[in-house]
Amino acid sequence: MSALPAGNLPDNAFEPVTAERRVQQLTRPSLSYWQDAWLRLKRNGRALMSLYIIVALLVFTLIGPLVWRVDPASQDVDQVSQAPWADRTAVVVPPYRSWDSAPTAELQADSKPLTLQLAEPATTQAVRVTWTAEPQASGYLIYRNIMLPGPEHDLGLPLGELIGSGQTRFEDRLDLDPMRYYYSVVPLDANGAEMAPGPPLQVDVTRVITEELAITRGLVHEGTKLADGDVVRLALHPFGTDYLGRDLLARLMYGARVSLFIGIVAPFFFVILGILYGSTAGFLGGAVDSLLMRFADFVIALPFLLFMILFKIAFGIGPGESGIMPLLVALVVLSWPGTARLVRGQILQIREEAYIAASRLLGAKTQYLILRHMIPNTLGVILVTLTFAVPSAIFTEAFLSFIGMGVAPPTPSWGSMCNDGLKTMLTHPHELIFPALFISITVLAFNLLGDGLRDALDARMRSRE
Amino acid sequence: MSDVITDSGDSFTRTAGRQLALLALFGILAFIALAMLLGWLSKLTSGGSSLAEAVDPLTGTITLAMASEPPQLDSTRATDQVSGFVLGHVMESLLRRGPGTKLLPGVAERWEITEQGATFWLRADARWSDGKPVTAHDFVFAWRKIVDPANASEYAFFLYPVKNGEAINRGELPIESLGVRAVDDRTLAVDFERPTPYFEKLVVYATYGPVREDFYEAQNGRYGADADTLLYNGPFRISKWVHGAHLRFEKNPYYWDADRIKLNVIDMPYVTNDANAVLNLYKDGKIATAPLSAETLNDALEHRWKINRFNDGGVFYNEFNHRPGRVTANLNLRRALALVSDPGELVYKVMKVPGNLPGVSLFPEWLPGVHGLFRQEYPAEPMRVDVAEARRYLELAKRELGVETIPPLILLTGDDPLSSSQAEYFQNVFKRTLGLDVKIDKQIFKQRLAKMTAGEFDLVAAGWGPDYDDPLTFGDLFSSWNKNNRGMYSNPELDSYVRIAQSSLDPKTRMDAFGAIQKIIHDDVVIIPSYERGVVYVRNPRLNGIQRRVVGADPDYINAYIEGSR
Amino acid sequence: MFRYTVRRLLQGIITVWFIATATFVAMHSVPGDPLIQNKAVTAQIRKNLEIKYGLDKPITQQYLIYMGNMLKGDFGISFTQQNRSVNDIIVKHFPVSATLGILAIAFAAIGGILWGALTALYRNRLPDIVIMFLVILGISVPSFVFAALGQLALVHLNALAGHTLLPVAGWGTVSHMFVPSIVLGLGTMAFLTRLMRSSMLEIVNADYVRTAKAKGLPITRIFLKHELRNAVLPVITVLGPAIAAITTGGFVVELVFAIPGLGRYFVQAVQQLDYTVIMGTTVFYGAFLVLMVIIVDLVYGLVDPRVRLE
Repeated sequence: MSALPAGNLPDNAFEPVTAERRVQQLTRPSLSYWQDAWLRLKRNGRALMSLYIIVALLVFTLIGPLVWRVDPASQDVDQVSQAPWADRTAVVVPPYRSWDSAPTAELQADSKPLTLQLAEPATTQAVRVTWTAEPQASGYLIYRNIMLPGPEHDLGLPLGELIGSGQTRFEDRLDLDPMRYYYSVVPLDANGAEMAPGPPLQVDVTRVITEELAITRGLVHEGTKLADGDVVRLALHPFGTDYLGRDLLARLMYGARVSLFIGIVAPFFFVILGILYGSTAGFLGGAVDSLLMRFADFVIALPFLLFMILFKIAFGIGPGESGIMPLLVALVVLSWPGTARLVRGQILQIREEAYIAASRLLGAKTQYLILRHMIPNTLGVILVTLTFAVPSAIFTEAFLSFIGMGVAPPTPSWGSMCNDGLKTMLTHPHELIFPALFISITVLAFNLLGDGLRDALDARMRSRE
Repeated sequence: MSDVITDSGDSFTRTAGRQLALLALFGILAFIALAMLLGWLSKLTSGGSSLAEAVDPLTGTITLAMASEPPQLDSTRATDQVSGFVLGHVMESLLRRGPGTKLLPGVAERWEITEQGATFWLRADARWSDGKPVTAHDFVFAWRKIVDPANASEYAFFLYPVKNGEAINRGELPIESLGVRAVDDRTLAVDFERPTPYFEKLVVYATYGPVREDFYEAQNGRYGADADTLLYNGPFRISKWVHGAHLRFEKNPYYWDADRIKLNVIDMPYVTNDANAVLNLYKDGKIATAPLSAETLNDALEHRWKINRFNDGGVFYNEFNHRPGRVTANLNLRRALALVSDPGELVYKVMKVPGNLPGVSLFPEWLPGVHGLFRQEYPAEPMRVDVAEARRYLELAKRELGVETIPPLILLTGDDPLSSSQAEYFQNVFKRTLGLDVKIDKQIFKQRLAKMTAGEFDLVAAGWGPDYDDPLTFGDLFSSWNKNNRGMYSNPELDSYVRIAQSSLDPKTRMDAFGAIQKIIHDDVVIIPSYERGVVYVRNPRLNGIQRRVVGADPDYINAYIEGSR
Repeated sequence: MFRYTVRRLLQGIITVWFIATATFVAMHSVPGDPLIQNKAVTAQIRKNLEIKYGLDKPITQQYLIYMGNMLKGDFGISFTQQNRSVNDIIVKHFPVSATLGILAIAFAAIGGILWGALTALYRNRLPDIVIMFLVILGISVPSFVFAALGQLALVHLNALAGHTLLPVAGWGTVSHMFVPSIVLGLGTMAFLTRLMRSSMLEIVNADYVRTAKAKGLPITRIFLKHELRNAVLPVITVLGPAIAAITTGGFVVELVFAIPGLGRYFVQAVQQLDYTVIMGTTVFYGAFLVLMVIIVDLVYGLVDPRVRLE
């Protein structure tokens, strides 16, 4: 446009505009984007519920261990894989002593061969049985069952094999629970083949604890004197215990720290990396943009799970390390391009919007454009991405734990607890159900919150309900 | 948001719903058709996994699951247990294993061992699965192959008793100089490097088995990679090998003693190490045996199955790092740690599988001694638990090391769940009783071995499975020159006993030496024994005659039979 | 169209080169020793092995050899299965994974589209609520839990029926394929159902659907041609990534159901540090996925006339 020569017009050709104050009256107070979004979110019952669940999970994770002060690493091999509803009473007995130094009950001499009898009262410490010798036996096999053996000689667990006919006693310490067992003894002939078994012996085992253990585990007040035969109640485990007798509730709380940490921090970092990368590409445009995006395409093309595993072993976990950091780094390194692409697309799109052109015409500087228009307008999309990234990060951790590539023991995570629980699924379902439930609830909550956020924040991405 | 048009909504929904149902039907049909097509295609390439029952008395077939498939079946290079299991069924060496530890004539019908060497006379009716006879040349070819440096066989040391074996493997002599020759087609003469009275215990191994030269060369480096690139001379031959999926043994009609073999087919259409999957297959009546774990024991009891146990001969222990400068080089610290370790608690409360025995010694219970069992002739000192005494030793150790507190100990362990739980258990025990911090270093198999070799640990959960049934297979483990002595324990006294055991020909002298080694290992706390491994398993009640073996092919189905079949 | 395809393929080749390089670098920075064995070997035996696998050469030379061999389509010989080439392993086991993957994708796509359409049709009514509840379950439960539960359910089903309705594990016949592919496709199906539902709801209110209804077109025609067909488009776009997720994520199902797929081999190879198998399978999978994405893009261009490929 060529400039008009000044001075051709008379000075009074224009008169200044007077500011007109009669702007249209607003019927309700102006709402910012975020206030509006919050209002919408509040109207979405499911999303709000999810938000509450997430807050509850965070409370469970961060404040839970302060309330439930149980050490998640503390093992109790006497209370292994206890269901939440298991009986907790135990009788105080003297400490375990090997059988050699303990007195043995007199055998009844007149009984038939292979008649089993208890040498001492049966406790969870040990069950000691003796039997009358079978003259032809070259040795014995001792069995234990949880049911009365049937006609097919299903004698149960083969506890041990004794070589030599003179040995007619056996001590069973194998994973004894306070319940009823049936013991049988099978003599072996000269060739080592099994002969007909003796009659089974029914044994009711009582749960016992030593005085020392009762005091160190804090089951009784300090200074209390315990006598043999007193009854104490074992430690309470509201969610039961795991395969090493550790409190499942405490482990779930600490596992939540790992799972939620990975689930929230990893997406947080890769989203930030993605924003920086994507907006740089989007702003600079041209050759730099296509170069940067080509590299992002490369990274996207890497087979995700395979590279997670590769990185995991490439980083290596040192002694005593939990392996959370390598997992985190691998997740960030492999996941950022998605966000970068999204942000770049948004930036490119917004750059062409009419209101950007308008504010540029009004003289807005680039800095103002970025701060005032670009970031707030992409933030909604980014927040939604972030929410949906959490469940997939949690799942990835669980997957890796399933194939033994997750966090290192003794650090618990929901994924590794699930994996441990799968093995005992049939006998101790609670070890699988609780961690699986927590994973599911978390994933569900973040998914529904993501839906809600998407509806509330971005009209274009809105799903119709 | 405004609602959809509601006036004709219901009729629309109904009609559209019907359309959808029709589409769904199409969809299901399409899915099944696709599955059929793919199933047909995959049958073209591999042939179907069988749906047969666990035992079939009519056809003499048993069906099993394998934990993993053999990496390859070239007997000159096979080292692992799975290959040993397969080769034990499809190959026969000069001798074969009978019941227990007894050795019976195999390809050789008689043999003679002297100080200088051995002679084997081969039977006339030993044949390959293509009908040609097994000759002495086949052994010469195989043995030379094993020590051939170009073959890079990891079990080359097995052949070192044969004259020049070690020198050839080092590349110092041509392979033709190996001290074995075929006098004629049916006579094999062996010269020893040094007197080897136990040579007959060696030639029973698959490593010493025959390989026919013309067939080997014709395979172009793929010998043993597939079912048809291998020749068989054992009771069975492999009729099918779909990698990772299916292995099938069929009775070998050319086997010289084929009448002895009762089973016609051993079919293994499942390859999985998922314990739950294997047990589910057993429950479903699809396989004849299944191993049990602590987690599945109760399930087995409730099914009223008969449960069997077997000690597989392996010994597991926590091995110390004895390299100078490591805290674990301090004897009193090792004593303290040993005094709080309770193998009984580990086996009974943590592992919970009845077959395992609490560890006492490096030498397992089954090893033969002079007359009977080694451990009955030379009882091991029992493991004691005494926390108070352990604390005294710990104080002593701290004073000797000149430290206020012992730095955290690194416990190196494998990545399987069993190792993890044991490591977690020991970590807790050492912390609770002695206040010692333990850092668990969980690594995949090869990385763990690399760290063991480099000495990057204080304690390592290790184990040893026997190569042969003589205490020496355990006894020389901690000699200063043994490469498997990854804790670098070095004790001239122990070394001297190992030398006696290696060179002496008198059983009593040798067993005395092993007795002394056992005592040194206990007194010097070279290791803390954890357990002797046992397995518990269920098997179809109609399948009998399975041999479980500590060394050699295990389980051994060669003489197994199905009850009720002809 | 042709030029677009060629350009995409060229880009794909460069991408595969990048994947191969990344794999090589990652693999060679793994601590540990692929040649180490449980029973120690003498220095001589070890040296022989190193020469055999070319590990005695400097790393740059190893890289060049590796790239050169890869150009020839040769991934080398497995470290653990010493007589098998990696090519052989891929050729034997990839078809299994692919079969499983194709079936899972087919199940997920068919199921997802149908359920999605159904829930959109019966919006906020009982079928919608029930199905969406199941979908949410499908999204929020890890697949290994599904796999284990599915197998357990089969055992009980067979026990109830008195004979084997469907095999519990294994591979080879059609009957072996159903349950694993359904378990594998479940998560994706749930995801596609949600996508289909929202896409359907958007279209139901679109102007051209209103117009069609106002014109009095037959309901069948409106539903099939206007609604369903257009609603399926977004589902197709996500099929590319879904194939990627299913084929590489299949190893969990392969492990549980004893299926001899490539994914299971990869996990085993990682545990054994089998360099050649790890690199071979990763590069192969990468190339496969790149190809899949290109194909899905091309198909989308064909299906949706609004998309111009250039």
